[in-house]
Parts: sequence; structure tokens; C-alpha cells
Amino acid sequence: MLKKLLPCLGNYKKYAVLTPVTVIGEVILEIFIPLIMARIIDVGISNNDIDYVVRMGALMVLMALFALLFGALSGRFAAVASMGFAKGIRKKLFDKIQEFSFANIDKFSTASLVTRLTTDINSVQMAFMMVIRMLVRAPIMLVSATVMAIVINARLAVIFLAAISFLSSALYFIATKAYPRFRTMLVKYDSMNASVQEDLIAIRVVKAFVREEHENEKFRKAADAVRKAQLKAEKMIILTMPIMQFAMYCCMIAISWFGGRMIIGGTLLTGELMSFISYVGQIMMSLMMITFVFVGIVMSRASILRIIEVLDEEIDIDDKNVNMDLKVGDGTIVFDSVSFSYSKNKDNPTLNECSFEIKSGETVGIIGGTGSGKTSLVQLIPRLYDVMEGRVLVGGHDVRDYRLDTLRNAVAVVLQKNVLFSGTIKENLRWGNEAAADSEIIEACKAAQAHEFITSFPEGYETDLGQGGVNVSGGQKQRLSIARALLKRPKILILDDSTSAVDTATDSKIRQALRENLKDTTKIIIAQRITSVSDADKIIVMDDGKINAIGTHEELLATNSIYREVYESQQKGAA
Amino acid sequence: MPGPHSNRPAAKPKNAGKTLSRVMKYMFAYKLQLAAVTAAIIVSSAANVAGTYFLKPIINQYIVPYIGSNNPDMTGFISMIGILAAVYALGVAATYAYNRLMLNISTGTLYKLRTDLFTHMESLPIKYFDTHTHGELMSRYTNDIDTLREMISHGIPNLLSSVLTVTGIFAMMIVLSPVLTVLVVLVLILMLFVMKKIGGLSAKYFRKQQKEIGRVNGYIEEMIEGQKVVKVFSHEETVKSNFEKMNDELCHAATNAHTFAGILMPIIGNLSYALYSLTATAGAIMSIYGYIDIGTIASFLQYTRTFTQPLNQISQQMNSILTALAGAERIFEVLDEKPEVDEGIVELVYARENEKGELEETEIHTGKWAWRQPNKDGSITYSELKGDVRFEDVTFGYEENKTVLDGISLYAKPGQKIAFVGSTGAGKTTITNLINRFYDVPDGKIRYDGININKIRKSDLRRSLSMVLQDTHLFTGTVRENIRYGKLDATDEEVINAAKLANAHSFIMHLPQGYDTMLTSDGANLSQGQRQLIAIARAAVANPPVLILDEATSSIDTRTEALIEKGMDTLMEGRTVFVIAHRLSTVRNSNAILVLENGRIIERGDHEDLIAAQGKYYQLYTGMFELS
Repeated sequence: MLKKLLPCLGNYKKYAVLTPVTVIGEVILEIFIPLIMARIIDVGISNNDIDYVVRMGALMVLMALFALLFGALSGRFAAVASMGFAKGIRKKLFDKIQEFSFANIDKFSTASLVTRLTTDINSVQMAFMMVIRMLVRAPIMLVSATVMAIVINARLAVIFLAAISFLSSALYFIATKAYPRFRTMLVKYDSMNASVQEDLIAIRVVKAFVREEHENEKFRKAADAVRKAQLKAEKMIILTMPIMQFAMYCCMIAISWFGGRMIIGGTLLTGELMSFISYVGQIMMSLMMITFVFVGIVMSRASILRIIEVLDEEIDIDDKNVNMDLKVGDGTIVFDSVSFSYSKNKDNPTLNECSFEIKSGETVGIIGGTGSGKTSLVQLIPRLYDVMEGRVLVGGHDVRDYRLDTLRNAVAVVLQKNVLFSGTIKENLRWGNEAAADSEIIEACKAAQAHEFITSFPEGYETDLGQGGVNVSGGQKQRLSIARALLKRPKILILDDSTSAVDTATDSKIRQALRENLKDTTKIIIAQRITSVSDADKIIVMDDGKINAIGTHEELLATNSIYREVYESQQKGAA
Repeated sequence: MPGPHSNRPAAKPKNAGKTLSRVMKYMFAYKLQLAAVTAAIIVSSAANVAGTYFLKPIINQYIVPYIGSNNPDMTGFISMIGILAAVYALGVAATYAYNRLMLNISTGTLYKLRTDLFTHMESLPIKYFDTHTHGELMSRYTNDIDTLREMISHGIPNLLSSVLTVTGIFAMMIVLSPVLTVLVVLVLILMLFVMKKIGGLSAKYFRKQQKEIGRVNGYIEEMIEGQKVVKVFSHEETVKSNFEKMNDELCHAATNAHTFAGILMPIIGNLSYALYSLTATAGAIMSIYGYIDIGTIASFLQYTRTFTQPLNQISQQMNSILTALAGAERIFEVLDEKPEVDEGIVELVYARENEKGELEETEIHTGKWAWRQPNKDGSITYSELKGDVRFEDVTFGYEENKTVLDGISLYAKPGQKIAFVGSTGAGKTTITNLINRFYDVPDGKIRYDGININKIRKSDLRRSLSMVLQDTHLFTGTVRENIRYGKLDATDEEVINAAKLANAHSFIMHLPQGYDTMLTSDGANLSQGQRQLIAIARAAVANPPVLILDEATSSIDTRTEALIEKGMDTLMEGRTVFVIAHRLSTVRNSNAILVLENGRIIERGDHEDLIAAQGKYYQLYTGMFELS
């Protein structure tokens, strides 16, 4: 499954190959060293051949140094390969997310997308590094050491085979028993932390209702559950060390006894016995390494799946089948029997057969209760979502015929949830138009009633906004977002409840400025307050996904009950 | 389990010794078990080290002398093997023992630490929560406690075990052959030098990597959170190319960091093989000259093989222990924060009228409440809880030089509805923060039923108030449990009545499991309006004399708001209510509307008065009246 991500390796492929190669080199050299040591003992000492000893000794040291070289190289190559791999995945994942449409983004939630780009990639990166190094090193060492042992003395080597089978079954047993217990523990752990987070966020409610003791009790129970689950899970894991020691010690005893007898009987040499003892360590450690790597890989499996899920996601709005040269001529909008649903549910659509026409330059208000479909309606215009049935036409053409950036440069939307980015006010405003002159920027801010408060800051337009715009209030954020949209000089401007945090007087000034400065721009205003839309050229009343009525303020007051109801509820108190 | 994991550099704790001893204090609850653990670790390491020594006598006395003999006397050999087996068995048992006991100690210690942290946190003043991000606090519970757990259950025992093992091996080496030990020491010095050098470089590059990770992650979070805005402005290409640059830099730093971390093990490991080779050669030469026997060489060589693993462990564990201590320090910082100070002496008690018509304290819940004021002379005065709130020239600021409220005076008689209007930041929410004593006014200028608010115990004060905030903050639990939060011992009937009052009952009945429907993530499965209705029901069930509504209906559209207005009116009847709202419809029938600007009350009166005055209030809501 890691294989699916391999293309992200790109130029780093050669390092990913060199790593196992150098690892193998290192291992082979390390395996031969005990063998040569045996020769020194059995040949050199027995024959009192100092020359031989020195020659063999020098060879061993040389081998160790070369092994060191290979080992260091493998470390370097592994780092280059896995960091390069991570870089490749990160780029691919990030770029893919940039292509996501609103619908794709909704599916995943921003928090989970961030986790995938950070935690999950880390996990995969570590797993990859383990695979190209340890998963190569450990099995090769295990096999070569065992082979070496068999070559030296097949009968004695049986001890190893027995130990390996014992240890691997034991480790396998422990792993399979422990895994579900760990998962249970993680679930309890996550829910304990989730409740801590809830409490942190809701601390005012906790204190206001004097529920500290209640929350403490709740937490004690959750923490105790975690403690018990952890105990249960780790009880299994702690068996590993003693079992490994047990296997190793048994090997030592068996080799000493049987090997000893074989030496006495003449079928084994002392040096060979000593090399066997060396191989015990190498074999046991390799087994441990293999288990460890498997655990690491299993834990990273979830991360791999989550990354692939995003990479495999089908983008549902893109530039295929568009007319590359089409430009938006004017701000006319036509909705032709449009039906839409976020979940593509034909039985309960969010918008149901909406049809209307808006002329270029008109100011249109949209009114309706929560969930009546106002935001959904306007999001279809810049093709942030696609219709399920029917068509949306802008400038006389179906929105699906335009290149996305052409369309979106001509249709400016100020969303309900406004996001500003780190950087100065000016940098943020320039998102509307990279090449905007300072005078244009000031003009837009004046229209959005933002210029005044911007100049009240010590650094004015160069004021840094902090992450997410923490240094400005809600109403100021809204006005900056409006100014940003104005800089696009769009053919169509959509304001989705963009003045809810702004008081009525300022709201009215903004609308005035829009009326005067953007005469040719089609303006669509979604609002809660009737007064925000009462002077529009026409007002669309929405109810439950359908267009209930279209008309001017006077017409609707006279003929539309919903409009009248809303108006009156906002008027009460005039008497 | 051992692993390639920490060749990372440690975040240094400010005072490792002090922090370590504080952690140990927590562990001392398990004194006996700790003693047993220490003993077991000693036994385990000793067995490990001793076992290797046995090679010498086995080879020298029981193998070599008998080479070639036909009927060797195996009894000595067998008993030696027997002893070895016994030593090893003891070692294995000890290993299991200390791991098992340590597991008890670590899970128990963590439980205590976690609950202490949480309980203490709950007692901290609101100011602490306003000045520390949630992310920061959460990482105490997750990251910091996790690394501490590692340290307690593995770090410390492994460190101890490794130190004992290394010392033991060293001692045995000297016993076996002082000459060869000199060789070992020389190579050891080289190894330590290499470890320090590489460790230093590795630390440097890991710090760099951390910085780059922070940058990249910050960018990712910002752009993904604002992904929709990126799309609306067709900014994808710019964002992609900015990211590519950061990604490249991260890769560069990460590669360097991991290179150094990655080459350390192979280098040390193979230096150990080089040592092995040199030792074998030197030993063989010495043996040829008769200075040493084969058994000694065998034992010694095996020691050189088992020498480096614990050494590595020591450096790894030192690192992770230091990191864990840095985390523990942060945890202790929270534990050392001063809890909410409460010097209040006035309490809220159940009351009833006795035959003389005086107020008397009772145990039973009568629906009547009284303030129990202990006087200086020891006597007690009871006064009825009515809901009379007065501010007298209150000036307050969250920070030293920034005043948020300036000379505020107001008078709310019991049962009155007082509305605050004004632009964002004018100080409306601050007033409610003060009534609740989330923040304190230094001078006791706020009076509740005539009593200085600073003299009332905070918990009792808050029990007499009920708040509905703009952010609903529902908890994971059923709808019923959430409403009950207002009054833990409310009967089901009381819960339903409160829901009916808030006009929440009908939509709750339409939910899949009605009142037993589970709510998660602050009620994510409900609409904003529905959440608000439940929050209102929660406040209702508490049945308080004073109610604070802070933008409580701002996320409900006007039609739905009209529906609950009747309920709200009933809720507000007979109570003192403080309302903060943007919407005219919410404030219109208040007894008094206070217009706040820059922390001052600039207009005061009821709706008609203020409209007639044609001042700021009129201006703010003037749009409402323009008929085209």
C-alpha cells in the first residue's frame, strides 16, 4: 500500500535504492567479522602464528571500518530518500487540495486535511525510513547470521532455529493480543482528551453554573478508565523483554553445553564456539527489530490510507470542457430551473427549481429564514458548487463554459465566514488585485467604510494582521473583506450577510458607496435585516429552497406574507 | 522497546534537578514498589553481566582441559551450567518483575498527575484561560504527559539498568584483563568524542528543522482554514508556489537533521566491531605469549559486544528524560498557578420564613433563597435573595493601562430588564464578566442585594445567576444531560418544562432519540439556532433570580427569534435580566437601555425616551425606520 505513494519519490528514487544496497554491504561485512575472529583463535593461537593473527586482525579492522562507511552512507541515503519522499507527498497532497472544489473541501473538514498534511505525513516518512533501513537490515542479518552458523556447524545451528521459531511465535502472539487492547486504550485516551478540550473551551459555562466539582468527577472517571485500559494493554507488551532475554539465555546455555561437548568430542573448535556466541546477539536483535518495524508500519497504515484517500478524491469542478478564451461580458445572471443539493440528494434538494433573471448593474436583495437556501443559491454563480439540474448563466453563457479563474475574477463573493491571512492589511487587500495601485486600494477601503479605522491604527495599511486577523474586530474584518472583493472590479459582487457585525448606520453608508461607485456591477446582497435590502431594485424572497416571490420592497410588503412577517418582526417597537 | 527513535536533541528543562525531584515525589506514593523495582533492576543487570563471565570458567575448566578425552567427567560442567541457568532464570524473573511493577507505578502516578492537573485547572481564574491558548493547555495533557509517561515507565528504569550494566561490564573487564581494558577505554573515548560531535551537529539541525516545521505547518493551517477564500480569489497558483519554497527548505533542514541522527548508530556500532577486532587480535597475541587464556578472551570479547548497546541506551534515555522533564516543568507551571482567589464569606442558603416572619436557614429546598452574612461580632444576618444589582462608578481594565469600563453606574431593581447596546469592544461583555466575578473590580463598587459583591463567595454568587452566552458550549452528552447542567438534580419534569419555556421542546421531540439524543462537539448535529434554544433551556432550569443574556439570540433568525420571544418573556418574568444585543427587537421592551461607547454610558433611558432624544441609540437603529 505504501507502493501507491511511491511515485512521490521522484528524483530521490536512486537514494531509496542505494540505501538498502549499502545496508546489505554493511551487514555482510558485520557477519564475516566473527568468522575471522574464529579463525584467529583456531588457527592463529593454535599455531602460535602471530603473523597470521596480525594479518587477520588487520583484515577484521578494515572490514569494520568499511562497514562503518557503508553504515554511515546508508544513514545519509536513508535520510535523503525519506525526507525527499515526504517532500514529494507533501507537495502532491497540498497541490491536490488546492484543486479541491468547495464540495471536496466540505467532505474532509479543514482540521482533518491539516492533520493529513502534518501528522500523517510524518508517520509515513518514519515508516518509509524504517522500511528501507531496518526492514532490509534485520532480515538480511537474521538470514546471513543463521546461514553462517549453519555453515560453521549445522548441528549446533539447530539451536538457533529452535530459538528463532520460539521467539517469533512468542512475539507474534504478544503483538496480536496487544494490538486490540492498544486500540481500546487509544479510543479512551482520545475521548478523555476531547472532554478536556471541551471543558477548556466552555470554562465560562462551567464556572457560571458552578460545575467544577462535577467536571472533576467526570474527569476522574475518564482518567481511571484510561489507566485501566493502559494497564491491560501494556501488561502484554512488558512480556517482550523477559521473553527475549529468556530466548537469549537459553541459547547461551544450550550453545555452551552442546558446543562444549562437541569441542570435547572434537567436532567443533573453540573459536567457532565463540563466533556462535557472537551470532546469538545478532540474531536475537534482528528478530526484535523486525517486530518493532512491523509495529511501526502497522501504525502508519492508517496514515497512508488517509493520504491516499485525499489523493484519490475526484475533483468535481475543474477546467475540463471549458472554452479557454471566453470572457465575462457583463453582469447578467440567469437561473434556469436550477436544483441543487450538497449531498446530491434528489429527494430533498437544498434548492428546488429556482428560476429568475438579473440584469447587469442591478442591485438585488435576498431574504429568507435560516436554511432557506440563500447562501447555496449565490455560491452557484461563481461555480463554487455545481448545479444538480438546470443551468446558471453569467454574462449570457453557462458558468461551466468559463475558465474557473476567468469566472471567479469577474464574480466577487464576500463569504459569511471571513478569513484574513497573516500579513499586512495591504497584502491582504491585494488578494483582490495583485497589481492594485495604492490609490485604488484606498478608494476601495473608503467605499467599504474601512479607511477610517485603518488609518486610526499606528501603522495604517502596513499594520500586521496576525494569524487569522486577530488584531481586528469582527466588523472590521467584514469591511476589509468587502474592500478586498471590491478591488477585483468585478462584474458581479455578492455580499453574503457581510454586514451582520456592522451597525445599521455603517451598513447603510456601505450600500450607498456601492450604489455610487459600482453602478455597472451587479450587486447581490443577502441579509437578515430588511433595511439592508429595502432599497434594492428587486428582492428575492426564499423559503425552503424555493423562490417564494420576487419584487420591490413595496410590492412584497403588499403581496408577500413572509416578507411582511419578517418586516414587522423587525419593526416592532416603533410604536 | 528499544528503537531508532530518539537521537533527537533534548528540549532543555530550566531546572532538571528540581523538576525531577517533584516528579519523584509523585512516585513516592509507591515507596515499597519503587524499592522492589530498584532491587529487581540491580538483580537483572547483575545476572546479565555475571552470565557472560561464566564463559571463562566453562571454557577454561570444563571444555579445554577435556578436549580429545574419551570419557570426560561432566559433573563439574553440568553443575556450572546449572548455576548459570539459575543465575539467568533469576535475571529473567527480575526483568519481568521490575517492568510489571513499574507499569503499576507509572499508570498510578500518571492518573494522580492528570487528575491533579485537571482539578487545579478547573480552579484557575478566567483570566488564565483568556491569556493562554487552548492548544497550549491541551498540549500539557497530551504531549507533556505522554513524554512523562515514557520517562517514568521506560526512561528511568532503562537508564538505571544501562548504567548498572555498563558499570558491571567495565568492572568485569578489569577483573578479566586490565591490559585489554585499556584498549577498550581508548576506543571508548573515541566513541564518546564522536557521539558528542555528532550529537551536537544533530541538535543544531533538529532545531532548524523544528523551525521549518513550524513555518510549514503554520502556512498549511492558515491556507487550509481559508481554502474557500483562496478559491474565491483564484489564488491557488500563488499559494502552491509559496508552499513549494517552504517545502524545499523543510526538506533541506530535515535531511540534514536526520542524516546526523541516522549515521550515529552505524558509526558507534561499527566502532564497536572495530574494538571487537582489535581486542581479538591483541588477545590472541597475548595468548600466544602466554599472558592470557582462551576462556578469558571468550568472556572479554563477549563483553565488548554487549557494551555498546547500553551505552547507546544511556545517551538516548538522557535525551528523552530531559525532554520529558521539560514537559513536566510546563505541567508544574500550571499546577503552581494561583487558583481563583475567593475571600467571600457570604453564602447562599435555603431559607424559609418562621412564625415571626423572619428569615431562617433550612436544610430543605424551599425555592426561597437567602444570603447568610456572618458579622464581625459573630452573629449572622439573613437577607432575601432578590436580584438587586448596582454598579457605582466602576472603572476596570483587563490590563494595566487599558481601561475598558470608565465610571459605569447602573441600578437594576429586582425583576427589571436592563439592556446594553453599543459597538463591539464598548465594554458590554465586560460588565457581565464583573457581575459573575470572572474578573474582580479592585474596589467593592458592585453591590448585589446591598451586599458588596467581593464579599460573596464566588460559587454562591454564580449559583444565583444564570448566563446564556453567544457561544453555546454544549457538552458531549444527551440533550437531557445538557439541560440538566443548569440544575444537576432537576427532575425530568423540570427539564421538560424548561425546554418548553425556551420553545425547544418541539424540535427536541423531533430528534431521533428525543431528549436522549447524544450531542457531540458542542452540538454539531444541531443547527445554531437549536443549540441556542437548548442553552436557554439550560439557563431556565436553574431558575435563577438574575439572568444574563449575552447576544443569546444573535445566531437565530428573526422569525425563529420571534417564536422564542414569548418563552423568553416568560423566562424573564420576575427576574432581573441583563441583556446584551445588536437587535432592536431584543432590547425594545427593557426597563432601561444603556448605550455604551468606549467604556462609558452615554445614553440611558427606555426605548421611547431614547428615540425621542435622537442620540446615538436613535442613530444606531435609525435604519430600521426608513421607509422607502
